[in-house]
Amino acid sequence: MLELLAQNLAPIMFVSLVAFLLMGYPVAFSLASNGLAFFVLATFLSPYSDTITLDWPLLGTLPGRVLDVMRNDQLLAIPFFTFMGIILERSRMAEDLLETVGQLFGSVRGGLAYAVIFVGALLAATTGVVAASVMAMGLISLPIMLRYGYDRSLATGVITASGTLAQIIPPSLVLIVLADQLGTSVGDMYTAALLPGLMLVALYALYVFGVTIYRPAAAPALPPEARTLGKGGGQLLLLILAGVIVGVVSFYLLTGVVKRGEGVWAATIAATVVYLFTYLDQKLGYNNLKRLTQQVIFVLMPPLALIFLVLGTIFIGLATPTEGGAMGATGAMLLAWANRRMTWASLSDALDATTKLSCFVLFILVGSRVFSLTFYGVEGHKWVEHLFLNLPGGEWGFLIAVNVLVFVLGCFIDFFEIAFIVIPLLAPVAKALGIDLVWFGVIIAMNMQTSFLTPPFGFALFYMRSVAPVKEYIDKITGKTIAGVPTTQIYKGAVNFIILQVIMVAIVMAFPRLVIPEKAAEIDTKNIEIELPPLGAEGGDLVIPGAPDLSQPPKIE
Amino acid sequence: MQSLLALSRGIDAVTGFVGYHVRWLILAAVLVSAINAIIRKMFDVSSNAWLEMQTLLFGIAFMCAAAYVLQKNAHVRIDVVSSRLKKRTRDWVDLFGHLFMLAPLCVVMVWLSGPTFLEAFVGDEGSSNAGGLPVWPYKLFVLVGFLLLFAQMLSEVIKRIGVLGGHLHESDESDNSHAKAPVLEEAK
Repeated sequence: MLELLAQNLAPIMFVSLVAFLLMGYPVAFSLASNGLAFFVLATFLSPYSDTITLDWPLLGTLPGRVLDVMRNDQLLAIPFFTFMGIILERSRMAEDLLETVGQLFGSVRGGLAYAVIFVGALLAATTGVVAASVMAMGLISLPIMLRYGYDRSLATGVITASGTLAQIIPPSLVLIVLADQLGTSVGDMYTAALLPGLMLVALYALYVFGVTIYRPAAAPALPPEARTLGKGGGQLLLLILAGVIVGVVSFYLLTGVVKRGEGVWAATIAATVVYLFTYLDQKLGYNNLKRLTQQVIFVLMPPLALIFLVLGTIFIGLATPTEGGAMGATGAMLLAWANRRMTWASLSDALDATTKLSCFVLFILVGSRVFSLTFYGVEGHKWVEHLFLNLPGGEWGFLIAVNVLVFVLGCFIDFFEIAFIVIPLLAPVAKALGIDLVWFGVIIAMNMQTSFLTPPFGFALFYMRSVAPVKEYIDKITGKTIAGVPTTQIYKGAVNFIILQVIMVAIVMAFPRLVIPEKAAEIDTKNIEIELPPLGAEGGDLVIPGAPDLSQPPKIE
Repeated sequence: MQSLLALSRGIDAVTGFVGYHVRWLILAAVLVSAINAIIRKMFDVSSNAWLEMQTLLFGIAFMCAAAYVLQKNAHVRIDVVSSRLKKRTRDWVDLFGHLFMLAPLCVVMVWLSGPTFLEAFVGDEGSSNAGGLPVWPYKLFVLVGFLLLFAQMLSEVIKRIGVLGGHLHESDESDNSHAKAPVLEEAK
């Protein structure tokens, strides 16, 4: 009897963890105390099994495990990016962006949907607060979409899906946690996730485009009377072109003058010139630029500058993700302060939310380190490996099984729990199969994003429900009665985007090159002395550079 | 019971005070890290002591906030099943968990980290990085964090018993399935 118990301790431990978790006791403490309890049990049972490698002195390593979490520089990025996001959210950046970008795209069919996707991506790269993104877009864009006859499922779907982009687009917390659990660097993870993230954005837009072709009535353009800021798209394009030229010229002038990061300086100069031009044009009363153009520049420039400050410097290797996070948080505070949208009270509030979030995340991490000490000690990793290696299809069988598992779990629990409980169990198996862990991490991250969208527990759906009108209401502008949005419509809207998401997971799996563009590109992104890197130098394959930041003037590294 | 509840209020006041004020350490960590980064970029110099300072500041903040986060019921739970249970059942689960899971954990961690701290403090253990900070402050706050957590556990146990025994009344609203949403929302 005792032998049987001793030899199957790993599965028993796992099942009891699941039981404790389902009881609803905090994850951090369930993990840690399970680890502790089974440590004691396993040490007593060790004479009965040769797979148990635990003894009492090993218990003494626990404080050291906590210490490792405390001294981990990479994990600092968690509070930094959280804080930056909350500050930006409180400074109402989302609202400003939506109102202006909606007007800019309003004249084309499906324009509002594109605006939501575009703003969703911008918010993902800056605030990254899913709830805030979904709610802001639900409050501002949804009523307009309903007013002008958007298909209701399309409207809610595009908002909820775009709001969750923060999961995959850097600086995502999920990617930090995954990097930690998989033992890769956060910077590598960010670089790898960027292209798939942007492709997902493109896929959303493509879907909207498809809808406008086949069902034009589902996504109409805004009528002229709804576009209160007037026109200005052509002017904007000219202005951007001018900015690009300034950027390229200053890049060549700076080459050899500054030691490194010419691209950064060139982009900064270009953006500053465009911004100053617009600012002076308005302040001095020339008003050569139309109102819409001015608005777009004023509203878009700060978040773009911040994205550049944070992500740009990380991608070209100027800053570590932790440093980028600190700079971004400082920048966000300055921005909010300059816009007079920060008080001591709101700063204190933001810090409080940051403290709570990063504390529970770090404590789950501590818990999972305690758990893993025992789990490895009873050779639990071999048990999991055994389970997965028996699957047919080797690497592919494993990847598909893992994705199905993560997707199904995502319907019931959140990404944090998946990342902390499931991923550490799977990482050794992936390693044993020779799977690139960065690639693996991006696939998982892309998949985990669906956990926000899958009914009935998807958080994005909750947030949408909380802001979408339940009952019919009379629209203030047109005076028409507009029916409420039933929950089934919100669910239905999410389904198409979940399918897009699954397609994207499949694409990343089928084309690992998207994520890990060979060694040549790695050198390109680090070696910033090279003027023009030979694209696709090795083997004649098209190498995709690590960081194509389309929202900025070119910064050729 | 009333004196126990008073004790619980006392503990809450202490952990709440600590948890409320450690937030400023996170702001300090942000600023220290940003200044470190700028100085490293501009002058190509960096100090290990200042680099370690940023992890120490955040480390102190999250270790000391754990008790406060428990008090505010903001540690993440999986609520797929538990959100369907009655409030009373959930109170029992918490009581059981605090007594049989959290309490042993805190006791073991305090018991183990106390000597580790003393050893580092007396032996003046230095950082593994040249010019870094001494190690004892980190070890001290592992100890302090789990002591605070232990105290908070006691307070929570008293409150659960108070609620289950009808001595303390608590609204049910903080326990619906969206309970963790306000905190999780800040996550990406």
